[in-house]
Amino acid sequence: MRFKIYRYNPETDKKPYMQDFVLDNISDDMMLRDALLLIKAEDETFTFRHSCGEGVCGSDAVNINGTNGLACKSRLSELKEPIEVRPVPSMPVIRDLVVDMEQFYHHYRAIKPYLTVKDPVPEVEFLQTPQQREKLDGLYECILCGCCTTACPSFWWNPDKFRGPAALLQSYRFLADSRDQATSERLQELDGPYRMFRCHSIMNCVNVCPKGLNPTEAIHSIKKLMVKDLV
Amino acid sequence: MSIENLERRKFDTLVIGAGGGGLRAALQLAEADTHVAVVSKVFPTRSHTVAAQGGMNAALANVLPDNWHWHMYDTIKGSDYLGDQDAIEYMCRSAAHLVYELEHQGVPFSRMDSGKIYQRPFGGQSQNFGGEQAARTCAAADRTGHAILHTLYQQNIRAKTHFFDEYFAIDLIKDKDGFILGALVLEIETGEPLLIEAKTTLLATGGAGQLFRTNTNAHINTGDGLAMSLRAGIPLQDMEFFQFHPTGIAGKGMLITEGARGEGGYLVNKDGERFMERYAPHAKDLASRDVVSRAIAIEVREGRGCGPNADHVMLKLDHLGRDVLYKRLPGICDLCKTFMHIDPAEESIPVFPTAHYTMGGIPTNRYGQVVVPVDQGEESIPGLYAVGECACVSVHGANRLGGNSLLDIVVFGRAAGNDIKKYLKENRHHRQIDEESVEQALVHLKRWDESDGNGSETVHGLRAELQKAMEDYCSVFRTEEILQQGLEKVLDLEKRMKNVRITDHSKVFNTARIEAMELENLVDLAVATVKSALERKESRGAHSRMDYPDRDDVSWLKHSLYYKEGHRMDYKPVTLKPISVDTFPPKPRVY
Repeated sequence: MRFKIYRYNPETDKKPYMQDFVLDNISDDMMLRDALLLIKAEDETFTFRHSCGEGVCGSDAVNINGTNGLACKSRLSELKEPIEVRPVPSMPVIRDLVVDMEQFYHHYRAIKPYLTVKDPVPEVEFLQTPQQREKLDGLYECILCGCCTTACPSFWWNPDKFRGPAALLQSYRFLADSRDQATSERLQELDGPYRMFRCHSIMNCVNVCPKGLNPTEAIHSIKKLMVKDLV
Repeated sequence: MSIENLERRKFDTLVIGAGGGGLRAALQLAEADTHVAVVSKVFPTRSHTVAAQGGMNAALANVLPDNWHWHMYDTIKGSDYLGDQDAIEYMCRSAAHLVYELEHQGVPFSRMDSGKIYQRPFGGQSQNFGGEQAARTCAAADRTGHAILHTLYQQNIRAKTHFFDEYFAIDLIKDKDGFILGALVLEIETGEPLLIEAKTTLLATGGAGQLFRTNTNAHINTGDGLAMSLRAGIPLQDMEFFQFHPTGIAGKGMLITEGARGEGGYLVNKDGERFMERYAPHAKDLASRDVVSRAIAIEVREGRGCGPNADHVMLKLDHLGRDVLYKRLPGICDLCKTFMHIDPAEESIPVFPTAHYTMGGIPTNRYGQVVVPVDQGEESIPGLYAVGECACVSVHGANRLGGNSLLDIVVFGRAAGNDIKKYLKENRHHRQIDEESVEQALVHLKRWDESDGNGSETVHGLRAELQKAMEDYCSVFRTEEILQQGLEKVLDLEKRMKNVRITDHSKVFNTARIEAMELENLVDLAVATVKSALERKESRGAHSRMDYPDRDDVSWLKHSLYYKEGHRMDYKPVTLKPISVDTFPPKPRVY
């Protein structure tokens, strides 16, 4: 199986280049991460992040044949050869497939991603009906891999101002939580032309999310709450 | 990098590891205005707590009658009486409070119609001290670890904890009086070392599942904190007890939660027989993990395995119905589809016992203080704490119950945080740093700059051999002969470690160097595990000796302690006296 892999070592390379690899013995159930590990065994200078290998830690987001995805969840037999692997777009490259995620994390922290409760808490759990809890499904499962935000053209244009789909999905995760008491603060934070309203429903985020989540829908829901908050 | 221009930072507390244990402790400290730094080799939400599925035990009695005393009994029985009963009482009594606290912090637990937290039955749980099955495991679908880890990280963002993300811990810094003064760490992105001086250091580095070829663990689970402790002269406790989870996906290792059986799934052999009825007539598929894992291994060994190679059994879930499966176990369904092309609503899942959890670890008491034997008693190491999978309190003894590890990390993370606060009140000033100890840690790091041509071994090659050896010689069933061969093998690997060279000597994000240091850690832990297993001549919990098939409370109701120096063994008594209730004396363990 043929691969073209993005390589860049800032200590030795003037500029990035694509390196060809050929791997034999690729079995039908192998994932891209397995192939990257085989390449790493051949050439230990090859660098990429990965950990759990089952799509829950969110470490190994890469760009595969032009589309963002997790290496550990991408089946090799379903990819067109040569398989082209690059770092996720728009982020500063540190080395090979490793990018600097700081801006992504900054937007996450900025939406205050924690439950805010102003009343005294009960001695036992807050009661929450299964219907109220169901509203968090499709939101809380985010693994912060960055596939969505780095696939978003609006984020490419305004990475410093637009919060991006991942952070906005998280904002709605708390807005949708029956226990949270910071609705108006959360909405206020997202007001203005950039932080949320740069979203033009291009829906790249939905297409690439390895967890099957829908940030565009979450953003729509936030907009609806804003309107409701206004009237 | 010389010691003179080494960058140095000072904190009250250094937490190494950003899984649930480290983050819960950090939160306790940050909220008390302690100057706390968390060092993690991966971004915090990538820590392996994220992969915990089934849930967290607490006797909330939301579904069935329950109380902490029953939970305590089950945990002690599950531990095959090797657990320390004071620590187990403390954990089980705190459990409800800590679940409520997590819920208040935002964990999206699944709910019952009453609005209360959903609880599912799990292995080894009973009502009324061995009676009917209990339902004690608080769950957020089958993503409980993810929900808890993300929530704890979020709370630390709120509390403004100081994070050093993607820094690798190399060695503890220790002075002549035995105080731990922080650690030398490496910034992975720049390749520069950094000395973090701290009045207290908490190890929360997780387990060492990467010791075994097929495991449920992440790439990062290399037991770094355990090996750092060994190098600092601290023994490791009960390393022979390694949990094999009954239901890893056969040949691959991905975990299928015990919650799958808690929700009503069961195991069958090639004849379609529900074989657990023979091994555990009462608890059946929800017996303790060691019991179920052995049963599966026996079925396969006696020729009743499934598949063309008869090398696994099947986990049947399809009778539960699509609705229940996708509501209660959505992550499992996704996992099976992605990795196996199997829809559990229609087909059974091939499973086999898979290396999962390190019961042993750094010896601590229930305050999280690291303790070592001194004369007749034991003493804490000033300034050093450990919690979670890297620690051995011991609440899990010879076999951990499912749902007790998420509990363990938050209970003892919080307890250690509280004790550290006390320690800091009594020890207001940083002690003088021991430069010799720093120099030693730098030498350890520099060893990987060696590039002479004599290096005949690679990290990749040696790691593969190590993992294979552990699987061949130190698996579910053990004998003197097999363990003896295993010990020779891992001691040989230990020797060959000095011949390992890396070819990548760059600074920026050099993962080859990190993996080399992780391999060093694994090799030390492999020796600790095999040596401890060879010496324990009885069968207890996860440690199953075919040549000594019975538990021997007369000779072996004691904790093992392994020292790196001279591969020496020592032993210490099990704490059988709880804090406030009566002892549960050892008795035959039947499920």
